[in-house]
Amino acid sequence: MADYTIDETVDITDVVCPVTFVKAKVALEELDEGQLISIRMNDGEPVQNVPRSIKEEGHQILKLTDNGDGTYNLIVRKVGD
Amino acid sequence: MAVDYKALKNGGFMRQVQKNNFSLRLKVVGGNLTAEQLITIAEISKKYGGGHVHLTSRQGVEIPFIKLADVDAVKAELESGNVNTGVCGPRVRTVTACQGSAICPSGCIDTYSLAQEISDRYFGRELPHKFKFGVTGCVNNCLKAEENDLGVKGGYAVEWLPDLCTLCGVCVKACREGAITINNEQLTMNNELCNNCGRCVKSCPFDAWRGEPGYILSFGGTFGNLIAKGEQFLPIIRDKETLFRAADAALAFFDEHANPGERLRVAIDRAGWDKFQQAILKEIEHG
Repeated sequence: MADYTIDETVDITDVVCPVTFVKAKVALEELDEGQLISIRMNDGEPVQNVPRSIKEEGHQILKLTDNGDGTYNLIVRKVGD
Repeated sequence: MAVDYKALKNGGFMRQVQKNNFSLRLKVVGGNLTAEQLITIAEISKKYGGGHVHLTSRQGVEIPFIKLADVDAVKAELESGNVNTGVCGPRVRTVTACQGSAICPSGCIDTYSLAQEISDRYFGRELPHKFKFGVTGCVNNCLKAEENDLGVKGGYAVEWLPDLCTLCGVCVKACREGAITINNEQLTMNNELCNNCGRCVKSCPFDAWRGEPGYILSFGGTFGNLIAKGEQFLPIIRDKETLFRAADAALAFFDEHANPGERLRVAIDRAGWDKFQQAILKEIEHG
């Protein structure tokens, strides 16, 4: 697995749907095109749905990693301004 | 001359509690109306129905409080506004649909065009009893396909494209059926567990899942006096022609085996599900 240089992190484990995606989206908006963000999310509904919503926004998902503690990190490259 | 209430009912005019008042059922396909049609409905309601409009449980619209003397005028005015009257009684009823893939990101099939085709082909057809079609775009099932005599649910027949896959792991979590696993950099798909929801396709960041739209059919649903969920026994159907062959066969079976006033469910339960399944499979396989 390739390592990525992460520019920003955001933790959305403290909010519930649909704020999970909103919080991730706001964090993505702060980035410049091409920067990478690692989004920490809970197992269950967030990890089932947030990656798809981010894809539908047009960003590039690179990797999903299991943190082994009931959370996952989703690494995303920002696409567009 | 005696009033032919039955003919009025068949044409969508249903007797109300109030003498000489009728609730007029309008034709709506897939829950879609244009703004112009809504304006026509509003005008007729104000002119003839005291301003009342009722939205039915199956995406229909009714204008109550139409007076017997106004029936013909109402029909003519609706027609000139491109609004058609609906049906009641023992025949194919309003075809319902969710918004489907034309509008909804979750949709796997174009429900509205399919509902229109089903309606064009079957709406109003005389049968032993009422017959309801419902079309829902995906397994989220917003339109409750299994409540209908024949329910159509959109899905994807999925295929994994290893060359495009980076083993990112998103699909493993997106799949609610646990059909996809990744172990030791190897992805495994268990087709037995796949319910054709298409979430792997929709979520994959690398387009490494290809989804071909298809139809999941359920038969014999009814949610009135008798409550029973439509049964699925066919694998996902990949083309519309096969779907219509299955629907033709279901209606033919209903015509042949149901007593008057009996729903498809009751007819199948009596004749036997084996026999029903054979009738559908025979038509699908041999046309």
